[in-house]
Amino acid sequence: MPLQDFEPFVGRSSSPVRNEVERGAIRKFADAIGDPNPVYRDVEAAGGRLIAPPTFSRTFDYGRIPDLPLPSAGLIHGEQMFEYFRPIYSGDVLYCTSTLREVRERNGRLGTMIFLVFDNTAVDETGELVVRETLTVICREGGLSA
Amino acid sequence: MTRKRFAVGDKLGPLVKPPVTKTQLVKYSGASGDFNPIHTVDEFAREAGLGGVIAHGMLTMAFVGQLLTDTVGAMGALKTFGVRFREMVRPGDVLVCEGTVTEVEERDGLQYVTCEVTATVQQDGRLAVAGTAVFTV
Repeated sequence: MPLQDFEPFVGRSSSPVRNEVERGAIRKFADAIGDPNPVYRDVEAAGGRLIAPPTFSRTFDYGRIPDLPLPSAGLIHGEQMFEYFRPIYSGDVLYCTSTLREVRERNGRLGTMIFLVFDNTAVDETGELVVRETLTVICREGGLSA
Repeated sequence: MTRKRFAVGDKLGPLVKPPVTKTQLVKYSGASGDFNPIHTVDEFAREAGLGGVIAHGMLTMAFVGQLLTDTVGAMGALKTFGVRFREMVRPGDVLVCEGTVTEVEERDGLQYVTCEVTATVQQDGRLAVAGTAVFTV
């Protein structure tokens, strides 16, 4: 898929998706990563509401940018960055949006690769930004087995 | 309680995680919603040229996240955390998470601490992720 196919989508966003942060989801996530921290499990230890681990926001649904031609397989997660404005708590209702910030092409030993940089944000019900993620997804022309 | 203070060169960790298992990859798929079969179905991963299932990059990043929250808590001290995914991680790999403080800035009575963080595979030293985090104390 050539770079020109992605360029018209730079600056476009998904419609915000409502995500409810459930206690059980935080506990299951903490179990899956093997982190015994009680603030992910025990409401009292956490001061009333459970706290989500630092990478938990990657599990939210950020919606899809309409018509963005993302291949269904062969994508590589190249980089991930989080910027935190406050902790995420159980009971939070967050509105999550994804924006394509940048696309670029690079020729490497594996052939031509296209880098897609997304800004994902989660905003709470008062409109305050809670977390911003920047993620880089790499598409290899010809797919993964090329 | 005396507040923890940091200086350039201070070490974080090491946090040595138990070996990654296929069961853990299934659990992480369920907990994260990332059901890409390259993480759970060996046949699929082999056909994709990976030689078998590989761990989610975000699982390894979560291990490094644990190193950070073990150091400064999970209550909002962490300000930024970013990594690049390098070598693939496979079931059986033991990940060692470590950090080094590279910069300390005193501002508004707080320390803003920047550190380089890595996760490496204990068995062969492969670098799985490398990145940077900033926290306040």
